[in-house]
Amino acid sequence: MRISRSGIVVLSLATIAAAVPVAAQDTVIIQNATVLTITKGTIENGSVLIHNGKIAEVGKNLKVPSGATVIDASGMFLSPGIIDCHSHIAVEDQVNEGSVAVSSMTGVGEALDPEDPDIYHDLAGGVTVANVLHGSANPIGGLNAVIKLRWGKDAHGLMFEGAPPGIKFALGENPKRSNFTPPPGIPPRYPQSRMGVIDVIRQAFVDAREYRKSWDDYRKRTAAGEKNIMPPRRDVKLDPLVEVLEGKRYVHSHAYRADEMIQLMRLAEEFGFRIRTFQHVLEGYRIAPEMAAHGVGGSTFSDWWGYKAEAYEAIPYNAAMMTQHGVIVSINSDSAEEARHLNLEAAKTMKYGGMDETQALSMVTINPAIQLGIDKRVGSIEPGKDADLVIYNHHPLSVYAVPQTVFIDGHIYFDRKKDLAARADVDKERKALLEKEKAAEKKSEDKKSDEKKPDEKKPEEKKAIEAQTPGAPTPDASKPAVAKPDAPNPDASKQAPPKPKPADSKKDYSKKEDQKSQPPEPPKPPVTAAPQGSQQ
Amino acid sequence: MPQRNLCRSAEILALSIWVLTIAALFIGPDAQAGEPRYFAITNARIVPVSGAVIESGTVVMAKGLIVSVGKSVSIPPEALVIDGKGMTVYPGLFDALTDLGLTSPAATAGGAHEGGGGPSPSRGPEDRPNTTTWTSAADELKADDKRLETWRNGGFTTAVTAPKVGLFPGQGAVIDLAGDRPGDLVVKPNASLHISLTPTGGFFGFPGSLIGVIAYVKQIYYDAAQDAQAQQIYAANPRGRERPRYDRALHAIEDATRDGRPVLLPAVTVPQILRAFDIASQLGIKPVLYGVTQGYAVADQIAAKKLSVLVNLKWPEKEKDADPDAEESLRTLRVRDRAPGTPAALEKAGVKFAFYSDGLTSTKDILKNAKKAIDAGLQRDAALRALTLSPAEIYGVADRLGSIETGKIANLVVTDGDLFEEKTKIKFVFVDGRKFEIHEPEKPKDPPKGTMTGKWKFNFNTPEGAQEATADLTMDTDGTLSGSIVHQYGTSTISSGYLSADKFSFSFSVNMPRPTDVIFSGTLDGNTAKGSLSAGDFSTEITGTRPGGRQVENQEGR
Repeated sequence: MRISRSGIVVLSLATIAAAVPVAAQDTVIIQNATVLTITKGTIENGSVLIHNGKIAEVGKNLKVPSGATVIDASGMFLSPGIIDCHSHIAVEDQVNEGSVAVSSMTGVGEALDPEDPDIYHDLAGGVTVANVLHGSANPIGGLNAVIKLRWGKDAHGLMFEGAPPGIKFALGENPKRSNFTPPPGIPPRYPQSRMGVIDVIRQAFVDAREYRKSWDDYRKRTAAGEKNIMPPRRDVKLDPLVEVLEGKRYVHSHAYRADEMIQLMRLAEEFGFRIRTFQHVLEGYRIAPEMAAHGVGGSTFSDWWGYKAEAYEAIPYNAAMMTQHGVIVSINSDSAEEARHLNLEAAKTMKYGGMDETQALSMVTINPAIQLGIDKRVGSIEPGKDADLVIYNHHPLSVYAVPQTVFIDGHIYFDRKKDLAARADVDKERKALLEKEKAAEKKSEDKKSDEKKPDEKKPEEKKAIEAQTPGAPTPDASKPAVAKPDAPNPDASKQAPPKPKPADSKKDYSKKEDQKSQPPEPPKPPVTAAPQGSQQ
Repeated sequence: MPQRNLCRSAEILALSIWVLTIAALFIGPDAQAGEPRYFAITNARIVPVSGAVIESGTVVMAKGLIVSVGKSVSIPPEALVIDGKGMTVYPGLFDALTDLGLTSPAATAGGAHEGGGGPSPSRGPEDRPNTTTWTSAADELKADDKRLETWRNGGFTTAVTAPKVGLFPGQGAVIDLAGDRPGDLVVKPNASLHISLTPTGGFFGFPGSLIGVIAYVKQIYYDAAQDAQAQQIYAANPRGRERPRYDRALHAIEDATRDGRPVLLPAVTVPQILRAFDIASQLGIKPVLYGVTQGYAVADQIAAKKLSVLVNLKWPEKEKDADPDAEESLRTLRVRDRAPGTPAALEKAGVKFAFYSDGLTSTKDILKNAKKAIDAGLQRDAALRALTLSPAEIYGVADRLGSIETGKIANLVVTDGDLFEEKTKIKFVFVDGRKFEIHEPEKPKDPPKGTMTGKWKFNFNTPEGAQEATADLTMDTDGTLSGSIVHQYGTSTISSGYLSADKFSFSFSVNMPRPTDVIFSGTLDGNTAKGSLSAGDFSTEITGTRPGGRQVENQEGR
């Protein structure tokens, strides 16, 4: 893959880094790739034209507009960005407000941590959108946040603007606190049974209905000119439930058992709304027709089960079987690590259930987009959609596939070559800072032992260090740049995904590189491992 | 005329004896309340902060106020004249956020607890968890807190003190750092309302997460707004109406909103600072942000929001107990390197900022850390302003404090040189026009052998049985000790201590319940220490161990 600017020819890495990705106004064309559009078939030697962050054209032999940045992706695969429908990254502190049975007053969007290295790590795995959910400690949990992994932007910059709002529900062991014993003196939290869980949800909607009525009455009376009416109390907990009742907020419900899911669907229908997705949904295959009839999506793991009693009745055919019955199915991660290879998780549905390539990839692209109500914007490579794209060196369903370049809104947010190249700078800056600190310590000691010494900093030393510490928002390799990967193997593009050539494996998965590809900054412990946490 | 003076002298004498007696009883030996209250400092370099420096001028104080300042002002005959040749007079320093004078943490309601016996864990915002908005620092003050003197000796005459514990710990007060009774200290009660965003509930009490805390803060603000409206409607015509519920947690919030009192909101990192903007707009308030360690990266955005901030002078440091082999991330190193540049960045962006000492236990460190900000590009006069006039403006007391101007409270600090130079000594401090001479703390005679730095466990027997105290000590290279000690009666700051050869000594004040000075002294031997403690008439043997070992061994070896 080479990058050149038609007319100007060379675009240096430094220029791009300084300007922050490719400027949005720029026109970019990715050429000679195998374009996996997902919704409109696969285009061999295809091109994608990006203009102002949107996909402008998709096809063969597209005309290169003058001034466009040209990215030659010969031998590479271009897919839509991966969408993770169940994530807990990028949240400061806990993702669970586990103290109360109904925590709908909370919202993870209010505590986003745009500096969480997990964002960058997942981005490097091709993820461009994540549905960041509250944990599953409560029958009714907190509000979610659909984010784009725009590493380097602030919390507002992460938000997927216009994505429909949602809320987390949870059924089963976690909300009934099966595996949590409070310390002595603390009474156990209601509910303690599956009956109690559904009761809590029902009661919350009864309250929400009443609450809505009290506000409707108040507004009616004030509109009619009545004065001095006592205003109802604004309840942060019930506001989002009213939105659910009005169909303005999606319910993403953590669920395992078929009976509970049926129960929740019936309850929703009774109150006049629909569940948008069941998360985990390990027994979804048992009730796929009912799910399809309700219109609920299933967001599941590829083959992860047995980690608690209610997760035993799972089969890896789950995703395929739900799909066959007309349920929109996505494969999610629930883990900052697993998110990095969701493409491979999707590939497992080909083995278990015989999904074809497009169906498999859909489960981490267009299907989660539909489930999150953002399919008009992302999830496939079509003109008019956001240019959220991943260049893979192999077919993304191959175990040898490694994302090379990841675009969001037409900007390059991750580039493998650039990342590898930047690590030396990171080391250099670290060393310089450590030495500067040591020098300062030494000086203060010297000063104490001999107070007459002048307190002057060597200006050269200071300057040298400043020069090495540019004002990047956060770590290491945070500056996206353009890749110049190895000359591609022309055979790679024609390979059937599950059978790559051994030669390729050597080239791409040599131990050395694999070790290097570990991000230099150790990620903080994943939120899913929070004490007493319960996201599964 | 002579008659009257005589009378006054007699009066002063009587008063002096009385005050001295009281002082001896309650304050200890350093109070000098019997001195005259008319002073003139002449021939001094005067830095008024609000105006140009007067290279050789006079400040006249009378009955606690500055009555004149200038190059040549007339000196009233009753004034005690201090020749200020070679001295510099600054406004007394103002620590913008402390808990000085507040010794016992405010009682909390509704938080989580580990064992039985306490209040039930909070079950939601309606339980008002860890909320004591009604607690007023001015009402809880103790004039005999040893730290008042420690701060005063460091040149501080003024502070905002506020309860610390909980999500809404209470209301802060502007206080002067000297007075016989708590009421004497207070300059402005209920000067501020404080919010903390640190979750308090654990996993079993609400709120146990940051998202829970943010939800709670929003809910209580909405409740306060609704309460204000409902109370008004009810008061106008109670008949036939259900009465609004009485909720004392809401009143201080309503007052703060109505009077435009500063509301303090914590924000340390960049995401936290930007998040605070969102919280503020949801609450409909213009908060004063505190912490602001990473303000260097977002100074312009703070300026655009027109917010004032309090900058914590405790710059991030390498953890004392850090694993020496652990590799620190570049991010951590960058923050540590750049944090002292925050004040300079704020100044450049035009943000009003004041300094505070949270977490620093020695006033020397406060000025030393302010100097680090100067080294990182902050103008000296801006640093001084952040310790004088700016906090006064932020808390709405600039009409009486923060600069050397006629009519303002006579809070001054007199030094023998530039305030931010380490060798500079503080000669006098005036608080409310009362003169305090500063005694240099006792210095160790010999260079230290070994180090006391580290976490110590001290065991000793008392009439109440065996007791244990844990001290977190930091030793300077010259042997000076600082830190804090946790004991049966709470936590105390170590006020003076040193290691001289292998002999150590440090002291602190304990409320049990009356304030008592406790002195630990003895001999250091590797990771153990043996000696005695004395508290009033009582003394006993102590043994200390340092389970974590000598923390700076490597450093010493080099």
